[in-house]
Amino acid sequence: MKLSTLRGKIVRFLIYILLACATVTSIYPILWIVMSSFNPGSALYSTTLLPERFTLDHYSELFIKKDFGLWYLNTLKIAFFTMLLALVLVIITAYALSQFRFKGRRISLMAMLILQAFPSFMTMIAVYLLLLQLGILDTHLGLILVYAGGAIPGGAWLVKGYFDGIPRSIPEAAKIDGASNATIFIKVMMPMSTPILTFVALSNFIAPWMDFILARLVLRSAAKKTLAIGLYEMVSSRMNTEFTMFAAGAVMVAVPITILFIILQRFMIQGLAEGASKT
Amino acid sequence: MGRHSKRAGMLSILFMGLGQLYNRQTAKGIVLAAAEAVYIIAFLPYTIRSIKGLITLGDTPQKMVNGKIIQGDHSIFMMVFGIVAIIVLLLFAVLYALNINDAFRVGKLRDEGKKPNSLKASLKNLAEKGFPYLLLTPAGIFTLFLTVVPLIFGILIAFTNYSSPNHLPPRSLVDWVGFENFINLFKIPSLGKTFAGVAGWTMVWAVLATFSTFFVGLVFAVIINANKIVLKKFWRSIFILPWAVPGFISILVMRNMFNGQFGPINKYLTSIGISAVPWLAEPFWAQVTCLLVNLWLGFPYYMAMMSGVLTGIPRDLYEAASIEGASSCQKFFKITLPMVLFATAPLVINGFAYNFNNFTLIYLLTSGNPTSNEYFYAGHTDILLSWLYKLTLEQNQFHMAAVVSIIVFIFVASVSAINYLRTKSFKEEDMVQ
Repeated sequence: MKLSTLRGKIVRFLIYILLACATVTSIYPILWIVMSSFNPGSALYSTTLLPERFTLDHYSELFIKKDFGLWYLNTLKIAFFTMLLALVLVIITAYALSQFRFKGRRISLMAMLILQAFPSFMTMIAVYLLLLQLGILDTHLGLILVYAGGAIPGGAWLVKGYFDGIPRSIPEAAKIDGASNATIFIKVMMPMSTPILTFVALSNFIAPWMDFILARLVLRSAAKKTLAIGLYEMVSSRMNTEFTMFAAGAVMVAVPITILFIILQRFMIQGLAEGASKT
Repeated sequence: MGRHSKRAGMLSILFMGLGQLYNRQTAKGIVLAAAEAVYIIAFLPYTIRSIKGLITLGDTPQKMVNGKIIQGDHSIFMMVFGIVAIIVLLLFAVLYALNINDAFRVGKLRDEGKKPNSLKASLKNLAEKGFPYLLLTPAGIFTLFLTVVPLIFGILIAFTNYSSPNHLPPRSLVDWVGFENFINLFKIPSLGKTFAGVAGWTMVWAVLATFSTFFVGLVFAVIINANKIVLKKFWRSIFILPWAVPGFISILVMRNMFNGQFGPINKYLTSIGISAVPWLAEPFWAQVTCLLVNLWLGFPYYMAMMSGVLTGIPRDLYEAASIEGASSCQKFFKITLPMVLFATAPLVINGFAYNFNNFTLIYLLTSGNPTSNEYFYAGHTDILLSWLYKLTLEQNQFHMAAVVSIIVFIFVASVSAINYLRTKSFKEEDMVQ
């Protein structure tokens, strides 16, 4: 008995050491980039974890030397409208697929599954050509349309699954009471599915902050740039002479998005737990 | 077959709406006839021209006359227009078929001596039955133009010679070449070697990246949830951080941390007397770096998901096992692991598909480098998708990129189709009714 408690203590001690190491590894890169943004120099090689003196210069440089404010506004605008458009498209699609039985329904569902398996830039050249022909290449509208279109298949499946979980007796009762399809949809279905709708809205809001490929394809002029492109260009050069400025920009993007993400992540785990409890 | 149904059907085959007029559904008939008239007048010439263009892909190349450029045919635009024209034609054909069917059906009603629906009843019927289709229309249009047309285009490109330097519109024309590109992929040594090498690394990468994050996530979830560990909430929130920080930022930060010359990691290593590691410069180390960074980014996701599952495992299972005298090891392998694996198996398959396509990580971290001189525009850490990116957007080798895309798609689509077919939502699809 004594021996086993001793062994238990050693195991626990080792576990705490492991946890401590993992903590350092998890935090270090984040800490390093935050500290880099306060470093006085500008290049990567002169950056240290504990700077000689703290400076906020790089934050102001972002707005003076670069159009950081403009990029931020661009990204915010694109993210907001992508969220709205994607949400509307996803909801009505999911509603149709979940609440109605009609010819072609199963094929639509299957097609959506297969289509979402395509990597987005298999379609890039053609999307580029189509946007060019429609005259919306290098506009935010073009990018928003591309993002929202891409969000439909995955999002609609997710929301459809949630709608399916709502007992059919509820909308049917409303129908007997004489409510129209539209009323049932707005007054009954929507309020009952707030968690999943929040999830879809948030994830579509976050996506444009992270995306780099499509933004680079669609947006050509400097004034239209989003944050992801702007930040990438600062560190893609060989010498990394704008490294600390990148660090400052990274912090300014990461803080709000990280907070949103932590909210989002709760929904994801909750969703899995609920899915598991149903089986 | 009755008199009316046959006549109405035949009339509608002849021209849209005629059968409806014969059935005395005047308004419907006029609308349908007008639809066909509009199509014939406004779209038919365009359709014929576009489909011709799709077949020939243009025959007049761009010319220089007296120092001025005379525009020739743009093969690629002709191809896109051809696809759109065919889709419009197909939609029209569906409408035509519905029109014939409708005329026939109403005719049959009349044969049986029933009265055809009045305009009001038809409209009501349409509103009722058409509502789901109406709801699906916007999504349909988006999918059609942003996914279906581009995909057909991408597939067709694989059968052309659309590539730099000799077949790049508008300067020159593109031609159909049949299966030549597919044959070349295996016949031309540099291409075949690149494909095999890149595909091999993609598989290794996807498998290792998925399993490393999965098992590290599992270990941490189990440790943190173990009874005697304190500060559970603290550890969990710390380890969530790498997942929460926007991925592209973390990857760019890592790219700098692993920088061979100036990066902090090598600085520390040399300061404690270990020689600097060529993290991003040597093929083997670059691949290791990709996996390490992915592990850092990816394990919190599995940890969080598994923690949720672990807290859901009923306590009495463990208690019963304890009473039976099971060791903690046995409890782990006989209760915890099977439960977790069962709940997270779909996530693993999704994770595999995700890593297979994880262009962002590879491109932002290594850009596929170090480059290989045996490869066709690819480097040692390039996965299929980043190679595709280079082929299309950097090297304009659209024809080969299309061939590789088709192969990638067949693979990824079958993996995810299997996954979804297994899931509950699809199996029980029709039980909802």
